[in-house]
Amino acid sequence: MLVFHLAAHSSMPAYLQIQEQVRQALLTGVLRPGDQLPTVKEVVGSLAINPNTVLKAYRELERDGLVEGRQGVGTFALRRPDGPPPGEQAALRRGLARWVTKARGAGLEDGDMESLLRATLRAQSQEEVA
Amino acid sequence: MNTVNTQALGKRFKAKWALTDCSFELPEGKICGLVGSNGAGKTTLLRLIAGLAQPSSGTVQVFGQPPADTTEFLQDVGFLAQDVPLYKRWNSEDHLGLGAHLNPRWGDSLTRDRLRSLGIPLDQRVGTLSGGQRAQVALAMALGKRPRLLLLDEPVAALDPLARRDFLGVLAEAVAEGDLTVILSSHLVGDLERICDHLVLLDTGRLVLAADLDDVLASHRLLTGPRRNTFALERDHTVLQIERTQRQVSAWVRLDGPLHDPHWEVAELGLEDIALAYMSRNRTRPEQLAATEAIGAVR
Repeated sequence: MLVFHLAAHSSMPAYLQIQEQVRQALLTGVLRPGDQLPTVKEVVGSLAINPNTVLKAYRELERDGLVEGRQGVGTFALRRPDGPPPGEQAALRRGLARWVTKARGAGLEDGDMESLLRATLRAQSQEEVA
Repeated sequence: MNTVNTQALGKRFKAKWALTDCSFELPEGKICGLVGSNGAGKTTLLRLIAGLAQPSSGTVQVFGQPPADTTEFLQDVGFLAQDVPLYKRWNSEDHLGLGAHLNPRWGDSLTRDRLRSLGIPLDQRVGTLSGGQRAQVALAMALGKRPRLLLLDEPVAALDPLARRDFLGVLAEAVAEGDLTVILSSHLVGDLERICDHLVLLDTGRLVLAADLDDVLASHRLLTGPRRNTFALERDHTVLQIERTQRQVSAWVRLDGPLHDPHWEVAELGLEDIALAYMSRNRTRPEQLAATEAIGAVR
């Protein structure tokens, strides 16, 4: 069963964090088509969050065609989001893990790495526009 | 439909007004955080809604009716007071018996399951349970009567973080089951940010904000920029708090429209920052403002 985690001091709203975690679980194969997602009651009970937060996350996922709500039964995974297959996804993740180890060795803190990643993404997308 | 509706509601104790001119609406199914520092009027407002106190001015309606001493109203509204009202020498089983006796809609198996899943022994005297467990018994009692509106006065103030999480988790589950609106007061905003979707903010007996939480978070921003005239900003938006140093201006702002000036650096604000900005608004005297300016100039 999928378990959600919420970052305490994140600028990302809770519903987006849940949405993102479902998307990741689908991408990595933790969640397969046909699997049931945790019920709203289970999620709010364990995270102590507002039921509407979970409903909103599930609604957005449903709109993207990734999950399907079945009246009175629950919410079920429908398909993987578009993205690299699990093997490639895992390889990219391992590559990133190596990079993180290297960066940590060079004395970068987590926050530094995040800013560096954001700056790089920004620079690349500007290059593409240009 | 609105669960709660107040119009110019006020309560006076002798010469002192504990609450004045309070008008707001709370839609059905919301979890509403009632926030304010000590003495802001939170308990007074909750007692007025519960029908435990009578308004000195204005009106309060719950499910479209003024609170009354009728069976229907008492069934629909649950109130959990600050001091966790339980009989210390009784065990949970005794409390459940009393609940079943007093409440026609009592959900006995529901309440037992809830306490059992939390690992609370039903045969142990309530006085010997931990603070967190006692709070859970009180919450289970309040939910056991299956109210449509539940009022909680500082329910988690005395609990450690884990017990707090468990308590709010049970509350959120009950709301997820449907047909329940909750108002819970706290002077700690951090507890409320995750669980609430509506906010009522009181400051020294006055209502300063009552709105959907997403709207509140979307409309409040911290603007920083090089020192300049803030006339246009104050004309177009509601400036809650402003700090000036020799070089920089920081403004806590409720945006009342699009922000045209591109020179501001815009940052999102958490609920706690927003609440603090409103609360300190009325405390900052003109001479303090002048003093801040002077300190800024020295730097």
